[in-house]
Amino acid sequence: MNHRPITEDDLHAYVDRVLEPERQAEVAGYLGDHPDVAKRVAAFTDQRDLLRAALAPIAEEPLPPELNLSRIIENRARRPSVARWAMAAMLLLSIGGLGGWAVRGALQASPEGLVALAQEATASYNVYAPDRVRPVEVRASDSAQLVQWVSDRLHRPVKVPDLAASGYRLMGGRLVATEHGPAAMFMYDDDHGSRLVVLTRPMSSADQNAPMKSQSHGDVGGIAWADDGVGYSLVGHAAPESLRPIANEVRRQARAI
Amino acid sequence: MKDMLPQVEPLIPALRRYARALVRNRATADDLVQDCLERAVSRWQQRRDGDVRAWLFAILHNLAVDLFRKTAARGRHVTIDETSEGDFGEAAAQEHRLMYQDALNKLARLPEEQRVVLLLVAVEDLSYADAAKVLNVPIGTVMSRLSRARERLQQEIEGVTEAPENVVPIRSAK
Repeated sequence: MNHRPITEDDLHAYVDRVLEPERQAEVAGYLGDHPDVAKRVAAFTDQRDLLRAALAPIAEEPLPPELNLSRIIENRARRPSVARWAMAAMLLLSIGGLGGWAVRGALQASPEGLVALAQEATASYNVYAPDRVRPVEVRASDSAQLVQWVSDRLHRPVKVPDLAASGYRLMGGRLVATEHGPAAMFMYDDDHGSRLVVLTRPMSSADQNAPMKSQSHGDVGGIAWADDGVGYSLVGHAAPESLRPIANEVRRQARAI
Repeated sequence: MKDMLPQVEPLIPALRRYARALVRNRATADDLVQDCLERAVSRWQQRRDGDVRAWLFAILHNLAVDLFRKTAARGRHVTIDETSEGDFGEAAAQEHRLMYQDALNKLARLPEEQRVVLLLVAVEDLSYADAAKVLNVPIGTVMSRLSRARERLQQEIEGVTEAPENVVPIRSAK
């Protein structure tokens, strides 16, 4: 591996935690050897934490009614516009040509790529994570059997990510059905009982390789990415940014296979 | 329009936070966000592919810049809310509040171009590339502004009192 020199930009990217894990480690090593720079970087990190803490309460305030998006959309819908008439005309034309169901299918095309994967992971999380009776089908104690099973069904070796360093223990896993074929779901919990789900499956066509993308639906956040045709999505009851270090760890381990 | 709600609604708290950090007045900030959402609704169909978050912040940012220009032209300034709402009954919470207030006051002393980069990157988690898109500047400019912002804020925090001549401290209008 060639060691690129550490630049000022690297130091900021280190503070903002946007470096690839390998580079992050290189910068950390450099800081270990340069206490003066390390002090400056630590001060910048403190600034970042302070600003975030100072501004966080604003994002937690309840939204005033004027900022209710459904209402804003509705208000606009009452005003007919040229674009809306054009859309209505197009819709009539296509209904004439194709029939109602075809139109419905065309307008609600199923998502592809990472978007689809993230939705599947969120759905699995929402269904299985609250389950107190049987959240997983194969328990962690039978993890060898679990790995064998999902690897057979996914037609590729699947490794169960080890999240112990992040404080999460494997509970077990199961196979879940998606529109893009079977996916392996692994579930983890920590000492407080909060659960995480990692969903992985081969990507069909779109997004064979894709950088990490975060998403959130209400309180459920997630991060999805794809490497060499295999997609991963990590979902939990947390903001996506707080899941990122764990996602980095999952990715690091998967790449190490 | 159905796809808009789930993509945009979760971002509204962050938009409010950014607007409030910029103008430091609740009512003015929420007006900006409302304006931003109305524009977003009317332009949703024409938006190009790309990150919805960066797209929304760009709309909001441009509205804020327009507002700054107008208020500067009229020679008026927006009243700064000195107190933030919330339950700050306990002494510890009170102390935190003062510390946060102090941090925001120091941030406000930064030149606007540095302040916005710091907010977009360090608080709103925009990538450097997305911040460059929002501000319509090259990514190298984002990096140099970020670097200057952090150095400058550190000087403020450490109490270095060399007041550069090109910066007018922002005062409360009270």
